[in-house]
Amino acid sequence: MSAERETTGGREGEREVKDASMLLQKEMIAGHFTALSRAKEEGKKVVYTFVPGNLTELLHAFDVLPLYPEINALQSGMRKKSGGYILEAERLGHSEDVCAYVKSDIGMLRAGNVGPTGEKLPPPDLLLLSYTGCFTFMKWFELLKREYDCPVAMLHVPYQGDGEFTDEMRKYVVDQLRSEVIPKLEQVTGKKLDEAKLEEALAKSSVAEDDLVWVLESAKNKPSPIDAYFGGVYYIGPIFTAFRGTDAAVEYYKTLRSEVQVRLDQRLGPITPDGPLTNERYRLVVEGPPSWPSFQEFWKMFSGEGAVVVASSYTKVGGFYDHGFRHDPKRPLESLADYCAGCYTNLNLPSRIEILARYVREYQADGLLINSVKSCNSFSAGQLMILREVEERTGVPGGFIETDLVDPRYFSAANVKNRLESYLQMIEQKRKSPGAPRGPSGAAGGGSSGPRRLEVLP
Amino acid sequence: MKAFLGIDLGSTTTKAVMMDEAGAILGRGITNSRSNYHLAADIARDEARVDARFTLLDRALEREGETGDEAVQFRKRLLHRFRKVQRLVQLASLREEAVKEAASARLSQYGDGLVPKVREIFEAMERDWRRPKLSVGPSSDFFRDQAAGDYGRLAEKHADRAVPFDALMSVFDKVIIVVENARMDLTFEGNIRVALAECLGGETPERRAKYEAAVAQAADAPLDLVRTIGTGYGRQTLPFAKDDIRSEILCHGLGAHLAFPRTATVLDIGGQDTKAIQVDDRGIVTSFQMNDRCAAGCGRYLGYIADEMNMGVHELGPLALESTRHVKINSTCTVFAGAELRDRLTMGQRREDILAGLHRAIILRAMALLARSGGIADEFTFTGGVANNPAAVKALRQLVVENYGERTLNISPSSIYTGAHGAAEFARRATQDVEA
Repeated sequence: MSAERETTGGREGEREVKDASMLLQKEMIAGHFTALSRAKEEGKKVVYTFVPGNLTELLHAFDVLPLYPEINALQSGMRKKSGGYILEAERLGHSEDVCAYVKSDIGMLRAGNVGPTGEKLPPPDLLLLSYTGCFTFMKWFELLKREYDCPVAMLHVPYQGDGEFTDEMRKYVVDQLRSEVIPKLEQVTGKKLDEAKLEEALAKSSVAEDDLVWVLESAKNKPSPIDAYFGGVYYIGPIFTAFRGTDAAVEYYKTLRSEVQVRLDQRLGPITPDGPLTNERYRLVVEGPPSWPSFQEFWKMFSGEGAVVVASSYTKVGGFYDHGFRHDPKRPLESLADYCAGCYTNLNLPSRIEILARYVREYQADGLLINSVKSCNSFSAGQLMILREVEERTGVPGGFIETDLVDPRYFSAANVKNRLESYLQMIEQKRKSPGAPRGPSGAAGGGSSGPRRLEVLP
Repeated sequence: MKAFLGIDLGSTTTKAVMMDEAGAILGRGITNSRSNYHLAADIARDEARVDARFTLLDRALEREGETGDEAVQFRKRLLHRFRKVQRLVQLASLREEAVKEAASARLSQYGDGLVPKVREIFEAMERDWRRPKLSVGPSSDFFRDQAAGDYGRLAEKHADRAVPFDALMSVFDKVIIVVENARMDLTFEGNIRVALAECLGGETPERRAKYEAAVAQAADAPLDLVRTIGTGYGRQTLPFAKDDIRSEILCHGLGAHLAFPRTATVLDIGGQDTKAIQVDDRGIVTSFQMNDRCAAGCGRYLGYIADEMNMGVHELGPLALESTRHVKINSTCTVFAGAELRDRLTMGQRREDILAGLHRAIILRAMALLARSGGIADEFTFTGGVANNPAAVKALRQLVVENYGERTLNISPSSIYTGAHGAAEFARRATQDVEA
């Protein structure tokens, strides 16, 4: 693979290109929230829906605006507002053990439903409850239905309990799309499904998806030009939310890819909150979502030690492209069904183990680190078993830390830092002691060729 | 002689272990962390240095051929006298500060009567502290407790209408902190000869010469601190270079291995965290788990329980051993500990039974962490302050057998130093690596 577009050389130039994708994403998000705030006056319909396995192309085909309560919660976390929202929800009677995304969302709603850009969010015209890999989604929208009194379209996506998505399962989902989701959208918008528009969106999705996959796989290089977890959550932003299937997303991923290509060409490490990382000491695979209220602090704990995340499961939470899946205009509803079913939390434990073990091998990682979040049982159940199994299969050591998605009360910086540093020192100690069982990568940062190394220009 | 130091800055206590080039422990020191890690680290190090000098004294006595009972008795006497000399140095400093404080403008309302009373109190204390039978511990640990107890008792006696008890205590409260934070010469080299002079009466001239020679050798031997490695919760706050810091997980793993080379699993219950660690046959950590942000069921929890019961923390275990009835405690939450305890006492349950239940609850929590870290393999080493608690050990033995079968359980009497020991060994190895 080689660069597809001309890029400027040198640090200055690279810095400018980097900024381009960040700025682009910022503009896209701002534009979307402005459109949402004007939706009512401009007569646009608004659909609330969930990220994992979402149906964004279908929503675009109906020209409705999607809004993702999970993203609002995550943004509230990053803006350090979730703590207050959660307390508000707890005052309303939601217990400490309820998912913090739900409570952050409910609290935000009660506080006036002002979105991350400071603009008021519109109420939904439809709640599209595609619940994939998370039972709590159903309860969440049950609560929202009481708040908004609007119709709900329900899409049940079967769990891949046996590790595969069968033809029957696919038909089951497609039938629901035909008999439940599309009719409800038609009813709310007052128009028929524009099939040509849907196919066009799916074709654009596939282009952007190719570029995203290329970017995520660039981490197979040593040093990795990206951080596939902390940087990765920015990279998945457009594709997992309102922009998949749009020209804006195609443009964003093209820009991002060219930026990463430059970093790769110059053998640069990822950009971190402390600037570019120049000493890749540890290559990690991370399982589980980040802790949003402490996102920067958490990231710095890694970058400060020269730890780069080369692959993460969280960046597969919206949809899973590793096995070659792309949205396909030739089989529109079927490919939407496949996308829904394939997202990471809808995969069974053996599949997740297989994926993580493969990441360790293919990305030449020194270890698997699990960030187990209190809120999300879809992620957390079985994680210790996953850890042991991946350790056994790959020979690299596993590490375990515990935080939460957006509840700041569950992030103890001293404790997390202590565990992370202990873990990294454990890797280091194992590496140093002769005869110790080694991971497949040996010492990190050596810059030697790996089995599936991407082409690096001199 | 080259020496290596490990310092474990725990949440409750700070420990130091000094090691020689061959890896033998020269000395240990411990003090309260008192939310001032700098001072705590200095005091623990100084104490380890004093302890190291006594080890050098033992070696010197051996060289002089003095290994019999008499030498052992002399050594014991000398240590006791030395501790007393240290204590008197501290007391003199306290007295000086106290007299200054009593004469200060802050307390001028009490007129001329305050200073003489403070002097009288200190004279009485000094007389008392010079008595031969007075027992004293290591310098840092109990000075405040002992001074506060004696001063308070004497202040009560000396107080009158013109100079009330509160005024006298106000002087003490102000200056004890100053003295605790002041650096003074409490070293072996600076004080051992005073102590020695008081220990030689009745010895034959020949033996006196040997003792004096041995003490001189111990005091004058160069003790060159080559490298220090810091670990524990406070490690980030000390001016250690990044290379001089190790996680306490690694240090505990290695320390347990050094004490018991067949160690495969380590449980450490410290002041505010519990760790379950698996190590390989070289003491290298292969896996670990620790409690999350909540310190439930750690040493601090026992501290709260002891406060709540108005007991010393070291009395809890022995009392719990007297239990005859099984009480099941569900919460190891430190915040709710007092409430749970009072509830149960109200329900008529006996203190010893409740305490036995509490100890079991702590160990059950540790068992969950052990299971998560990979179980309990043979041999199993228990470290940290709570390892000195007999009721915790009893509950652990029982639960280990119930869940994993027979395991060799190792507990070292100096288990509290495990982390510092591991750190010292890291310091020694790091230096050898560089030299190699």
